[in-house]
Amino acid sequence: MAAYLIRRLIQSALILLGVSFITFFLLFVLPADPVRQIAGRSATAETVENIRQQLGLDKPFIVQYGRYLGALLQGDMGRSYLQKTEVADLILSRLPATLLLMLGAIACELVLGLTMGIIAALWRGRALDQTLMVTSFVTVSAPQFVVSLLLLYVFAVKLGWFPIGGYGTFAHLVLPAVTLGILGSGWYSRMMRSSMIDVLRADYIRTARAKGLTRARIVLRHALPNAILPVIAMIGIDIGIFMGGIVVVESVFGWPGIGQLAWQAIQRVDIPIIMGVTLVSAFAIVLGNLLADLIAPLIDPRIRLR
Amino acid sequence: MTLAEALPASGAAPAPETVLRVEGLCVSARTEQGLKPLVQDLSFDLRKGETLAIAGESGSGKSITSLAIMGLLPQPAVRVTGGSIRFGQQDLTALSESALRQVRGDRIAMIFQEPMTSLNPVMTVGAQLSEAIRAHAPVGRTEARRRAIEALRAVRLSEPERRMGQYPHELSGGMRQRVMIAMALALRPEVLIADEPTTALDVTVQREVLDLLRDLQARLGTAIILITHDMGVVAEMANRVIVMQQGRQVETASTEDIFGRPQAAYTQALLAAVPRLGQGSARAPVTGEPIARLSDVVVRYPLRGGLLGRITHNVHAVDHVSFDIRKGETFALVGESGCGKSTIAKALVGLAPHQGRIEIGGQAMQGLDPAGMKAMRRRVQMVFQDPMAALNPRMKVGELIAEPLVIHDIGDAASQRARAADLMARVGLEASHLDRYPHEFSGGQRQRICIARALALQPDLIIADESVSALDVSVQARVLDLLRALQSEFGMSYLFISHDMAVVDNISDRVAVMFLGQIVEMGTRAQIFGNPQHPYTRRLIEAVPIPDPRLKRLSRPRDASEVPSPVHRPGHEPARVILRDIGDGHLVGTSVG
Repeated sequence: MAAYLIRRLIQSALILLGVSFITFFLLFVLPADPVRQIAGRSATAETVENIRQQLGLDKPFIVQYGRYLGALLQGDMGRSYLQKTEVADLILSRLPATLLLMLGAIACELVLGLTMGIIAALWRGRALDQTLMVTSFVTVSAPQFVVSLLLLYVFAVKLGWFPIGGYGTFAHLVLPAVTLGILGSGWYSRMMRSSMIDVLRADYIRTARAKGLTRARIVLRHALPNAILPVIAMIGIDIGIFMGGIVVVESVFGWPGIGQLAWQAIQRVDIPIIMGVTLVSAFAIVLGNLLADLIAPLIDPRIRLR
Repeated sequence: MTLAEALPASGAAPAPETVLRVEGLCVSARTEQGLKPLVQDLSFDLRKGETLAIAGESGSGKSITSLAIMGLLPQPAVRVTGGSIRFGQQDLTALSESALRQVRGDRIAMIFQEPMTSLNPVMTVGAQLSEAIRAHAPVGRTEARRRAIEALRAVRLSEPERRMGQYPHELSGGMRQRVMIAMALALRPEVLIADEPTTALDVTVQREVLDLLRDLQARLGTAIILITHDMGVVAEMANRVIVMQQGRQVETASTEDIFGRPQAAYTQALLAAVPRLGQGSARAPVTGEPIARLSDVVVRYPLRGGLLGRITHNVHAVDHVSFDIRKGETFALVGESGCGKSTIAKALVGLAPHQGRIEIGGQAMQGLDPAGMKAMRRRVQMVFQDPMAALNPRMKVGELIAEPLVIHDIGDAASQRARAADLMARVGLEASHLDRYPHEFSGGQRQRICIARALALQPDLIIADESVSALDVSVQARVLDLLRALQSEFGMSYLFISHDMAVVDNISDRVAVMFLGQIVEMGTRAQIFGNPQHPYTRRLIEAVPIPDPRLKRLSRPRDASEVPSPVHRPGHEPARVILRDIGDGHLVGTSVG
């Protein structure tokens, strides 16, 4: 187990190294010039060149990357070009908001998705199943900004149940979390439905029926723990998809998380922030997958980590 | 009430009471073409303490009957459309789901064919047992646990307390089936339905489970409905037999009468098709050149672990195996699951990394370049156990049979198709069915297609890995005849891999018995079956159920020991079996440490 953990952590570090290299490279070849953004339109060529030298952006790619990596390994994520603050501080100040949104969204996703999936599987082929699956199809295919704006319009503007945007109370959390939750629930309900249908056909479910157990016990005690296994692996992968969605949703709802930070930084080619946010997101994905893999053997004793 | 409690011995009592009466039972499935009958007008009585076998081949409706009694039919697609199942004062076909639930597991219990999949993999054995008890008996956790342990002890499972905390995957197939039996009998049901209870088990394990069922029945007086396709099991276990075919009751009689004086033509044909030990046709020994030669072949699969993924253990799948297969000969490898017989087949077609030397037609496999390997593969072809899984469902049969020719670039499209048509005819299928898909054929026909495909390259050796095991006996007999006819026509050799001793006795020239990756005995068919020397060979032969009720065996001492593990630490060599010739090439193994 310890050996497994150490190996997985080494693998994770290598993945993060790869992500840092690719992102840095993409930002290097990007035609947008961060120095122009800093200096402003009216700056002279001399000023521009000065800033470029100051930031070390005149150096070859490999030197720039080497410097960044060297600093990163010492825990220094660099300074924002425009905000003149440490990237680490910026991200740390915004991380709690994003984590809160993420937890809310995942809870929402799982409750909605798993319930819909189980109900659809138990009523397979009937009208209820078909309605739920059409619903899930709509949520899977709906763009994030459409759903967020729709919810915003109905529940914040028209009904006034929730604030239009911002951060601070539980009421603020509801709409962005539900938006992300609805969007993600479609995947979970489809997956849960097919997994549950498979499990309900299994021989051990027939055994459970032959014992004379009640339907509720068969579904909850025998079918559910078996059916949920593939879904757990999905949660790990889902964090990646989630990081994409959070940029849009945070911007629409004015949620002060790292998605909003990333959005602003991309517009201004603020390379250290983009790098920092990308690495933190990648770390979250790697960690999510690791956690999913560690949880699986707790449910299924046949899974051995090695 | 406890399992261990003995029933009063019954003297020469009058006919025991009827516990279950099935009258005019009809079960139908809803299909697009309307209602399709699965069971038609089935009637029988089940008396206290007796074993009633329902025998038949696939599609006979025997399993559907058992599900109907349990109320477990996959409704609404399949349902009872007529007749009644009287159990005490109740008609089970008319009961509500909740009333049926009271009966299921408590008064009528069932065990299934697949012990590997019939237990919930994520629940402990103890949880599953206690749950079955608490579903019907108003007892607390402690009492349920006590009863569960007692039930495990009654099925002679070692260390019952420890088993309670184990998960199904930690137990062997035979142990799992014992757990299933413990679960079914824990509440002392009046009726036990055993649906192919030993079909998925190795023959020596089957023997133990059958003995166990018989002992428990004698002690508890349970009436058993035994659903099986195996006439050997019927002969050993049943008092009375119902023979079913395509949903209809063909014949019902006492076991002695079914085997001694079968009335219906179908019963007679079924019994004639059953492979029996000691009925092998004596054939002149084959003395050709060896076509395949294995010397000291070793196959090990490493298990890795630790930080650097070092090899911590090796699975010794095949250990120092040597034998020859002569031209035109049928060489059989027998043994129980996990003994390494299929791994040898894989090594022979170059699909398992091995040490030692394998020669096909005088040419060594080691050090061949890809082109040489491809040429060698032409000479060895395989036929697998499950023909449906071995045939790509999206390819037409003609394409499937011609595919080896395409891969090896032999002839043009027209000649390949002509060859496929010719092969279809050779294996007894209509050449005009070339454009059909595999699902349009029956199981036996599909296996013929696989054989035709194996013949396409005119190989020197065909490996038949459990090729007839999944087939009904009547189909099995015809496929075995076909294999024999093809051999005398084309002169190729067979490596016949099987767990079924009776089939091996019928088809093979020479036999090697494998145990834990090593050959423990090898010789001609007559030597192995007529004069078995190694204790394991004897155990295998003695365990085979004999389809003749007059030869019912008395209970013999049981060997309940588990098969030792083939997993060893690197560097550790398990005891080698040294083969010694005891005359006329009959090799018998002795272990040396």
